[in-house]
Amino acid sequence: MLNRYPLWKTLLIVFALALGGLYALPNLYPDDLAVQVSGASSSTPIDDAVLAQASEALVAAGLVSKATELNDKSALLRFTDSDTQLRAKAVIADALGDDYVAALNLAPTTPQWLTNVGAGPMKLGLDLRGGVHFLLEVDMVQAVAQRLDVYVSEIKAMLRTEKLRYRSVTHEDDGSLRIKFADAQVRDQARSELKSSYSEFLMNAEDDDKGSYLNITLNESSVREIEDYAVNQNLTTLRNRVNELGVAEPLVQRQGRNRIVVQLPGIQDTAAAKRVLGATANLEFRLEAKTGASSFSTEKYTFRANPARTAVLEKDIIITGNSVSNAQSNFDENGMPQVNIDLDAQGGKLMNRVTRNAVKRRMAVIFVEHKSRQKVKEVDGELVSIRVPYVEKSIISLATIQTALGNSFRITGLDGAGEASELALLLRAGSLAAPIYFVEERTVGPSLGQQNIDLGVTSVQIGLALVVIFMLAFYSVFGVIANIALAFNLMLVLAVMSLLGATLTLPGIAGIVLTVGMAVDANVLIFSRIKEELRNGLSPQSAIHAGYERAFTTIFDANITTLLVALILYGVGTGSVKGFAVTLSIGIITSMFTAIMVSRAMVNGVYGRRRLDDIKIWPLMGSDRKSADK
Amino acid sequence: MSDVKVINFMALRKIAAAISIVFVLAAMASLAINKLQFGLDFTGGTLVEVGYDQAPDLVAVRGQLQSSGFDDAIVQNFGSDRDVLVRLGQAFNDKVGEEVLAVLQSGSDASIELRRSEYVGAQVGEELTEQGGLGMLLALAIVMLYVAFRFQLKFSVGAVVALAHDVLIVLGIFSILKLDFDLTVLAAILAVIGYSLNDTIVVSDRIRENFRKLRKGTSEEIINESLSQTLGRTLVTSITTILVLLALFIFGGELIHGFAFALLIGVVVGTYSSIYVASNVLLALGVSQEDLMIQPKEEFVEGEGFEDHQGEGYQPSAKDFEEEK
Repeated sequence: MLNRYPLWKTLLIVFALALGGLYALPNLYPDDLAVQVSGASSSTPIDDAVLAQASEALVAAGLVSKATELNDKSALLRFTDSDTQLRAKAVIADALGDDYVAALNLAPTTPQWLTNVGAGPMKLGLDLRGGVHFLLEVDMVQAVAQRLDVYVSEIKAMLRTEKLRYRSVTHEDDGSLRIKFADAQVRDQARSELKSSYSEFLMNAEDDDKGSYLNITLNESSVREIEDYAVNQNLTTLRNRVNELGVAEPLVQRQGRNRIVVQLPGIQDTAAAKRVLGATANLEFRLEAKTGASSFSTEKYTFRANPARTAVLEKDIIITGNSVSNAQSNFDENGMPQVNIDLDAQGGKLMNRVTRNAVKRRMAVIFVEHKSRQKVKEVDGELVSIRVPYVEKSIISLATIQTALGNSFRITGLDGAGEASELALLLRAGSLAAPIYFVEERTVGPSLGQQNIDLGVTSVQIGLALVVIFMLAFYSVFGVIANIALAFNLMLVLAVMSLLGATLTLPGIAGIVLTVGMAVDANVLIFSRIKEELRNGLSPQSAIHAGYERAFTTIFDANITTLLVALILYGVGTGSVKGFAVTLSIGIITSMFTAIMVSRAMVNGVYGRRRLDDIKIWPLMGSDRKSADK
Repeated sequence: MSDVKVINFMALRKIAAAISIVFVLAAMASLAINKLQFGLDFTGGTLVEVGYDQAPDLVAVRGQLQSSGFDDAIVQNFGSDRDVLVRLGQAFNDKVGEEVLAVLQSGSDASIELRRSEYVGAQVGEELTEQGGLGMLLALAIVMLYVAFRFQLKFSVGAVVALAHDVLIVLGIFSILKLDFDLTVLAAILAVIGYSLNDTIVVSDRIRENFRKLRKGTSEEIINESLSQTLGRTLVTSITTILVLLALFIFGGELIHGFAFALLIGVVVGTYSSIYVASNVLLALGVSQEDLMIQPKEEFVEGEGFEDHQGEGYQPSAKDFEEEK
């Protein structure tokens, strides 16, 4: 038994380690503090002129940037300290104006040759980097209710075109629609018409002495569809809004059925972020009711600027803010704030069709806001705070239609320039398909983030040093081998995490520390086994071989079960706990490779291919070889 | 037989069982009476950590908050005397964090920096508690299945009893010391399950091997022999793990304290349980050679594949060799 690996196996191991080293390398280059400049909308070009403008402003303010670079859609200016970075951000934002967004960022300093092979450093989690984490909940009941309101208009329009006379179409509180007819025959006709157009309706007929009714509810799958649509639409909207906020590397992600996670690294002003993210401002365009119109088809609203003034409007909505394709705020000839609006094709068509037949009538623009108030209520003897959502609608302008309107027009009557620009932003970013609520919020200041990194690195270093010393004292030559395997293991964990684009969090660092402690276990198992085989009287070479072979299944079983637990942890945990599960899982897998294959290759290198009389595994306890004792 | 000095672990099995039962009962009693001090992650509520540039007077800080209407605010130092943690009940909305900072800033000359603020809705917390408990049970169930599949049902019962023992004792100590039980501690407990399992499997693996190899001796002797053989490895691994955990506990900072502490207790208890609890259960269930004999009908069972694997690289040891002679 000569204990040698075939050449290809040794080469494979060396290759794997070299690859690991290559991809772990970028983590050694510390990130630069940077300001990232991007266009407020994706069509705004970022070119040398913009960069030059920013640089000039910096020079004028006496600030020095370390380096500047131009990427595909953004420009990056690097700075040496965070104080300069903060001041530079303000200077650049001022100089470039509203068309550009300046955001604080950390820029990797990975050399070009590493970037070329796809290597890059690990991402840092919010707890290490500072920033804010929001968990938002989409109001599903509202999402469905809003869709039902649209159905009400559609059903009315359809019954009218089919000349089926109905008394009323109402949206009931229990989430169903109820249509009232004069007689059962029309009702049944309407029912078959509706059935052919709306397969998602579950309808049942009902009669009483006042008339015939059709009750409509939505089937399960269409409710799901509406909810999915609402969440996805909100995701898109939130992404747009986050972009408008100017955050580098934001995360907007669906979590579970009705939740959305938003992570904004580097943002400290949570109040502003929350206002923009959570804003539900929208617009509705409606015609003023004709005098003498039935009160069933009209609604009374107050004016925003003057609550005492009211106007009666038609219930039917021409279009909402969702049809807006672009919006810009500016001032009219009298210096009053206004918002110029462009409609999309569909919206323009609708607007044109309605206004064409309504020249000289007046059209109202309604400002809609979804709000909620917190109420404390007693449930089963416990005080529980519940959210009561409500909608605030008020008229911001009521103007006579002079001519048929097309795709673009302007609205006035807003509170001030600030409101006008925020409304324009919201219309541009798209409205939320359903209201959202903040159910979780975590802010980590930048100083705490840096402190967490320092503490994490210190504990990894000290933990590693302790284990290395212990293993050396206990196992001498084999200890050296175990320690080298351990170092390779750490390197591989970093490499795999960087390659997978995994995020490093504080519990993630704890996972790495724990891996350091547990990774030597496999080597300890192997060495104990070799020692035992020596005691059993095997020759050193056979003992080494048998030790590795026999310890393998034990190591495999023990690690697989731990891996299963780590996977469960990943499934159950959120955020930073997931980070722990990821590092632990990666650590388990890489440690099996390093402790078994890599350490074996080293043992083969040291002891293989020659006659051995004795090997020392446990120097503190004298020779292990049975024959040597005799 | 090999040269390893056999320690008669199982002589103490009744005493060990009694100690374990007392500990587990104490833990359960404390969990029933004191409950766990669930952290913000589970209860929901608001937490604000602020850093002062000089150590503030906590009584004054409490006064400031109370006079501003935050009656149930809990104010304490966190990590150092300049860092202050303010906790608020759950009947607050998501704007409280900013308000607290404003109140503190207005009532103090020192410059105050927001280090972190967390708001968790009550419902989110409830779901997390449910998920956490479910995760723990799921982990135990999967472990039980895997061990039953790879080893044998009695081993699986032993492993799960040992894990439940460890988890209960760690939870009990958190409950007795009234330490905060947050998400990182839950992660630590699941890691304890992983670690303790690792230990138990290594011991079980050796017990199985010896049952198959040593054709003589009572179950108790075989278990003693197996425990003695694995003792060195058990101790070395525990020591290295405890070393890194100590580094984490001492140098890892306040946020990771609960995590490191839970793991420290868990590793100590887990080491003990893999020696005494799992083996004790095996003996109580009357484990015998017949349980582990490879029967012909097991040929198409996965466990057989494992034997094959061992067979491939199997080197006859000296003892086997003697037997053959």
